[in-house]
Amino acid sequence: MFESLSTRVQDVFKSLRGEARLTPEHVETALRAIRLALLEADVNVSVARAFIDRVRDRAMDQAVLRSLTPGQQVIAIVRDELVALFGTSEGGLTKHAPTPRVVLLLGLQGSGKTTTAGKLGRWLARQGRHPLMVSTDVRRPAAIEQLSVLGDQAGVRVHAPDTMDPVARASGALAEARATGFDTVIVDTAGRLHIDDDLMDELQAIRDAVRPSDLLYVADAMTGQDAIRSAGEFHRRVAVTGVVLTKLDGDARGGAALSVVSVVGVPIAFVGSGERLDDLELFHPDRVVSRMLGMGDVLSLIEKAEQAIDKGEAEQLEARLRRNEFTLDDFRSQLKALRRMGPLESVLGMIPGLGNLKQLADNKPDEKQMGRVEAIICSMTPAERRDHTVINGSRRRRIALGSGTSVAEINRLLKQFTEMRRVLQMIGQGGMPRLGPGMKLPPMSHKGAAAVPGRKRRKGGPWGLIKTR
Amino acid sequence: MGFFDRLREGLTRTTQQIVGRFEEIVRRADADTGTARPIDGDTMEALEELLISADVGVAATGQIVAAVRARARRGDSLRDLVKAEIRGIFDAVEPRPALNGRSPHVTLIVGVNGTGKTTTVGKLANLLKASGRQPLVCAADTFRAAAVEQLEIWARRAAVDLVRAREGADPAAVVFEAIQAGRARGRDPILVDTAGRLHTRTNLMNELDKICRVAARASEGAPHDVLLVLDATVGQNGLAQAREFTSVAGVTGIVLTKLDGTAKGGIAVAIAHDLKLPILYVGVGEGIDDLIPFSPRDYVDALFQGTW
Ligand SMILES: Nc1nc2c(ncn2[C@@H]2O[C@H](COP(=O)(O)OP(=O)(O)OP(=O)(O)O)[C@@H](O)[C@H]2O)c(=O)[nH]1
Ligand SMILES: [Mg+2]
Repeated sequence: MFESLSTRVQDVFKSLRGEARLTPEHVETALRAIRLALLEADVNVSVARAFIDRVRDRAMDQAVLRSLTPGQQVIAIVRDELVALFGTSEGGLTKHAPTPRVVLLLGLQGSGKTTTAGKLGRWLARQGRHPLMVSTDVRRPAAIEQLSVLGDQAGVRVHAPDTMDPVARASGALAEARATGFDTVIVDTAGRLHIDDDLMDELQAIRDAVRPSDLLYVADAMTGQDAIRSAGEFHRRVAVTGVVLTKLDGDARGGAALSVVSVVGVPIAFVGSGERLDDLELFHPDRVVSRMLGMGDVLSLIEKAEQAIDKGEAEQLEARLRRNEFTLDDFRSQLKALRRMGPLESVLGMIPGLGNLKQLADNKPDEKQMGRVEAIICSMTPAERRDHTVINGSRRRRIALGSGTSVAEINRLLKQFTEMRRVLQMIGQGGMPRLGPGMKLPPMSHKGAAAVPGRKRRKGGPWGLIKTR
Repeated sequence: MGFFDRLREGLTRTTQQIVGRFEEIVRRADADTGTARPIDGDTMEALEELLISADVGVAATGQIVAAVRARARRGDSLRDLVKAEIRGIFDAVEPRPALNGRSPHVTLIVGVNGTGKTTTVGKLANLLKASGRQPLVCAADTFRAAAVEQLEIWARRAAVDLVRAREGADPAAVVFEAIQAGRARGRDPILVDTAGRLHTRTNLMNELDKICRVAARASEGAPHDVLLVLDATVGQNGLAQAREFTSVAGVTGIVLTKLDGTAKGGIAVAIAHDLKLPILYVGVGEGIDDLIPFSPRDYVDALFQGTW
């Protein structure tokens, strides 16, 4: 498993503790650790080399060497340079486009183009746009069928002509959009190798026929060192305007696809974070950088929590939190909300300090365990759920029997719950749970999130739960 | 066209680019060996970067480079040393467990999304049919849109039977049904196409575990083979994939697809090195004949063909 970049740097400097003075050799040791971590995250070899050179220039500064916290200083430099590398663009589609706007999705086989088309259709529809989709993949068996199923699921119309000529299919969709007033046309294309001349010619022909304003190169987050070459060739052929980084919900660090941004010079427009049609997000470079550094992705976590938690429910919860009235019922609905947010691992990965996978492996989140907790709470009477202090020995035995668990488990849960109340209370009063050593929260600069009242507290749910696990 | 030619055709297309810098260094190193100078740091670094840019990964690369450095003797060719080292890694993988002869033989095709599982099932069915077997394919991807339709087309191309799921059916139930159907109709082996799943998704991995358990109920010892399909473009995450799928489903071999691109598929070396899993087949195109048995010797030769 990867150790996170920041943990590695911390480790290097920890091992130097007690040294009278930090020397340039020490920094070299740290740089070597960083280089290895970058390469393990699939950052392109040349990109990594140039990157290390830049960090070295800045880290050898006397101010850094003499600092009391050289580890954190170096991490800050690495973070800065990563952000610089991966761009500061806010993602999304290009700002200006004629109507109807044409979005062309392209890339290698199996990178996730068709799924992305469906997600993008849904995303646009949610913004009040009127997208029309069309598949030009006449090669892969059932590809056209796949897009039309996705169109049904997303509630987005799919242009489905009889012709099997890819260019004619794309032009037909554009004509339909013009005639019927769709404002965006999403053109899905067949996966192709960048060295397949015939198919690259075909791609150019499709582009020339529909003149897209957005040419999105769809790349898999798990891709390796070859990414730069393939993306570069696609760019050379058709002038890509953005990258969609898919399958980022796994544990891939996405270093190769991110290298594409720096080498090919196109921004990341969207990231795909799951198989569901809603799992498409705007790209925020600083979040992905935090993820690479293992500092967690708090903002995405908050956004997910906001989707999963009912607004009214959240406000009620907040009020109760302030009055220290958090009950087992609340606990259960928090648990449910947490599960709605997706697989536990991916949620945990977004929490600062838990991004360290080594730590995660020792403390593996267990969905089964969560199911048992729910079962325990379900076996309590409403009165017990409202006030956990009434749950005495005989009640515990009854609950254990009813939920098919043991008294020891009930004891543990109640202990955790009490601890959680304590933490939540602390957060409710504006404190923050302590982060791991040296961990810093990424800057909370995201405007949308800041505008939502109470979001800081809402985060307490998952935090408190995890703290007590 | 044999494996060697096809692979070389794919690999040499751009090998020139990566080895551009290295070429020079190797020539110098090999020329210099006559003067009894150990292989120098620059050369080692270039070798390291070359292997990493082929996705061999940091750990395996480190060991290859260290071994080469330790072994290098006066007059040795650097190229031969590296080739021998990588071949050694493939030679050290655990041989596949002998097929137990049980009928029907059940092979599960697994992997993350989009690696080429369904295509591989189609190609493999065709290959087995050509060798005189009577395979049956099972469409157990009940999740992705039009996945069953896709496999149906492949089954038609390979002219083999297909057992398909009813809408939204439990994949394990479909596998059970397919094994029974295979036994009843005298079909063997059963090739099961499963849904793409990220190895980090607990619930989907549990589903895979269940498929395995239910398969064992239908046929003793099933699944007898579990092939993990990896995309040759994959980076170091391929190792995590191999580890997780092995721990949940007991992977018995790797299929490396899309080697017809410019990616070197170096993750195969890392997996052989770290997990001792054999590479069984490679995919070299989208046609039905584009699946060939893997030969470590040919792979290594093609990797280091010509420009070195
Ligand atoms: N060039 C090339 N393309 C391949 C190869 N194998 C598969 N593909 C293509 O890769 C794409 C994905 O293949 P699928 O077989 O659908 O992959 P899958 O793993 O079944 O995908 P999911 O079921 O969606 O997870 C298709 O466009 C295939 O034609 C190969 O060896 N070379
Ligand atoms: Mg499939």
